Amino acid sequence: MKLKSYISKILAVLSLTVISLSGANAGVTNIIPFGPGGESDVTARMQQPYYKDIYNEDIVVQYKPGGGGSVGWSSLNSERSDGSVIMGVNLPHIIMQPIAKGEKAGYKTEDVNVFAFFHYTPDAILVEASSPYKTLEELMSFAKKNPGQLTFSGSGTYSANHLLTISLNKKAKVKTTYVPFKGTGAAVQALLGKQVVAEAGYSTVAAKQGSKVRMLAVASKERLPAFPDVPTFKELGYNIVSGAYRGYALPKLASKATVKEWSDRIMKINADPAFIKQMEDNAFVVVNIGHNKIDKFMKDQQKANEAIAKELGLIK
Amino acid sequence: MTNIFTDFLSSLSLLNLGLAFSGVLAGIIIGALPGLSATMAVAILVPFTFALEPSSGLIVLGAIYTGAIFGGSWSAILINTPGTPSAVATTFDGYPMAKSGNGDLAMSISCMSSFVGGIVGVICLALFAPPLASISLKFGPTEYFWLAILGLTLISTLAEGDNIKSLIGACLGLLMSMIGVAVIGGDMRMTWNISFLNSGIEIVSAMIGLFCIPVILDLTSMKGKHLSENTTPKSLRLKESFLIMYRKKFEALRGAFIGTFIGILPGAGGSIASIVSYGEAKRSSRNKDNFGKGEPEGLIASETANNATVGGGFIPTLCLGIPGTPPDAVILGALLVQGIRTGDTLFTQQSSIVYTFIFGLLLATIMMLPLGLLMGRYAYKSIIKVPREILIPIIIFLTIIGSYSIQNNILNVYFMFFFGLIGWILNRAGFKASPIVLGLVLGQIAEQGFVQAYIIGNAQENILANYFARPISIALVFFIIMGLFLPTLKRIYNRRKNA
Repeated sequence: MKLKSYISKILAVLSLTVISLSGANAGVTNIIPFGPGGESDVTARMQQPYYKDIYNEDIVVQYKPGGGGSVGWSSLNSERSDGSVIMGVNLPHIIMQPIAKGEKAGYKTEDVNVFAFFHYTPDAILVEASSPYKTLEELMSFAKKNPGQLTFSGSGTYSANHLLTISLNKKAKVKTTYVPFKGTGAAVQALLGKQVVAEAGYSTVAAKQGSKVRMLAVASKERLPAFPDVPTFKELGYNIVSGAYRGYALPKLASKATVKEWSDRIMKINADPAFIKQMEDNAFVVVNIGHNKIDKFMKDQQKANEAIAKELGLIK
Repeated sequence: MTNIFTDFLSSLSLLNLGLAFSGVLAGIIIGALPGLSATMAVAILVPFTFALEPSSGLIVLGAIYTGAIFGGSWSAILINTPGTPSAVATTFDGYPMAKSGNGDLAMSISCMSSFVGGIVGVICLALFAPPLASISLKFGPTEYFWLAILGLTLISTLAEGDNIKSLIGACLGLLMSMIGVAVIGGDMRMTWNISFLNSGIEIVSAMIGLFCIPVILDLTSMKGKHLSENTTPKSLRLKESFLIMYRKKFEALRGAFIGTFIGILPGAGGSIASIVSYGEAKRSSRNKDNFGKGEPEGLIASETANNATVGGGFIPTLCLGIPGTPPDAVILGALLVQGIRTGDTLFTQQSSIVYTFIFGLLLATIMMLPLGLLMGRYAYKSIIKVPREILIPIIIFLTIIGSYSIQNNILNVYFMFFFGLIGWILNRAGFKASPIVLGLVLGQIAEQGFVQAYIIGNAQENILANYFARPISIALVFFIIMGLFLPTLKRIYNRRKNA
């Protein structure tokens, strides 16, 4: 009898803890519109300790996955606008989804009130370590001789990975085959298992996989500190600078002061050398696009993505 | 060797023991509540583990994960609602056992089976991780396609009741799996301009609706108690369950190995593992006809397999940096933040963290046995004792919380009720929920595998060879043909012999 009441007490306390943890609203909420474990989640997690150090409050990560982020973004403007909620945003997603799906995307690009982008992961072309292709040139000459036979694994359709192969097709004047997978993990699995010739992925894949893969080229402006030997596309004569940008947005109703305050907070974390080092070690590239630069940046991105969409035949 | 031994000792520190204990406890409770998934539990606790040593943090996460996968069997047995997709096959025999008054036996057997499965999985992780990881890379899109087809053909062997109706149900599930934006091609399919449907049917909320709502509706219209109580004096029926487990030790080990093997295939997951294990158990069992009516062997097959996927799933996660399951993805993210690099080097350069973690997982699995038995008994008794008038609202409350918390979205709750209504109507017409859910889960894997294999085959200018001329594919196709035609051939053979 005694044991029973003891167990019931433990159960009660534990279930209360679980409930309070899941509903914990101390501090501010950071809604990631993807499932846990992806790049958006990992970088939000990396910010957590720095945020707590500077502002002495917790930033709680929540997930609202679905539709490649669109489920989250279409509900952004119904969140609290007092600055207690921010939401992760990604490029090219928030531009390409409304272009590709129109009304059905559930939101418009201009409805997403982005206030900062804090890093990006450059696109990259990778091969498995034992692959005969040592350089991008060798890979491209294979593609030229064998139209359509060069297969790229990548994550999703109309994603940054997909767009990279389209730009490459155009700039190198080759025909390649893009094989979409559900998520970066599955795309990497296909590469390591030699199901495909190469992967159109991110620089982060090379950081994670180490000596198992060889990054042939990276779509950043300059070479990455973690990979000083890997050339950029520009160096190789292809004018491709692209990747997935990640940042945060507030609901539209948020005041100007709130927007500025949040932009400053994210930029302050971005300035911490320890944070920069942690990001660079994992091949993330820190960028400082705060609220005062965001409008011009979004305009440029919109133009660039529309051009690609035309290429794809998504718009006329 | 001394090195591994010190890792073992360090995993035995009082703090780590306490962490493993509370992790398992919390995990079991979360897993038992329908809709609260292992992924959510692990994700919520990730920031708390940053305050700990990396290996201690990992132990908590692993313990919660282990506990949650086991906890999923409770709701499967007691209210016919799988807590996670990997517990679907547990409902086949677990719930009938509970209905006929053997719920306590079912709870004890499921705990022991999960223990066996968990231990085998962890041991494989500790001893054979790198070679097993390289096997998982042999599985390309073609193999995933055939594996999903194998799972689908098993529906006909395992489903209770009318075979034709199970197949129709599976087709319905397949159709529903196509709703939403296609991963390949990006087309919008059957979304009826509802933006919520862009991401497809959310499986867990559909599952809660299809399984749980019909149970609740039946419960309200029924006289008497939810589960009948056996008249024997109260005990854990430990001896009885242990004897059953001992008699079925080979079956239990088979389930555990099937689970470990399928666990190492990223994305395949516990649902395929438990179904394949259940199908195999039924095929080779002497009491075939008892399956689906409360056969402990079926319960053992499902529960050993799904807990073995925990250890199995960590193999590609740790060796390749490719998460085996969604909770693995969260744990992988936590590793990255802690500055730990996955890959083969993890087992050599940072081996002490890895081995402390593996021993912690082992400890958690061992603790799960007494904890699960005690708590299971308690959970069973409270479900039996609580009057229907109180039980029904509690279950409804949990289904709502559960389906909301999956994506923090109220639309999931509406969908859960919508599926509940459909499930109830179909149930009346003799269609069971499990083939529909399996069609929904396996359809996505099959479709993606098929189209990817087609695209790759097309690029290689030999489509047929890509489907049929790969060694693992040939083996899988062989199993599929066996599963489909062996029963018929046997019948013909027997008839000839008798004639």
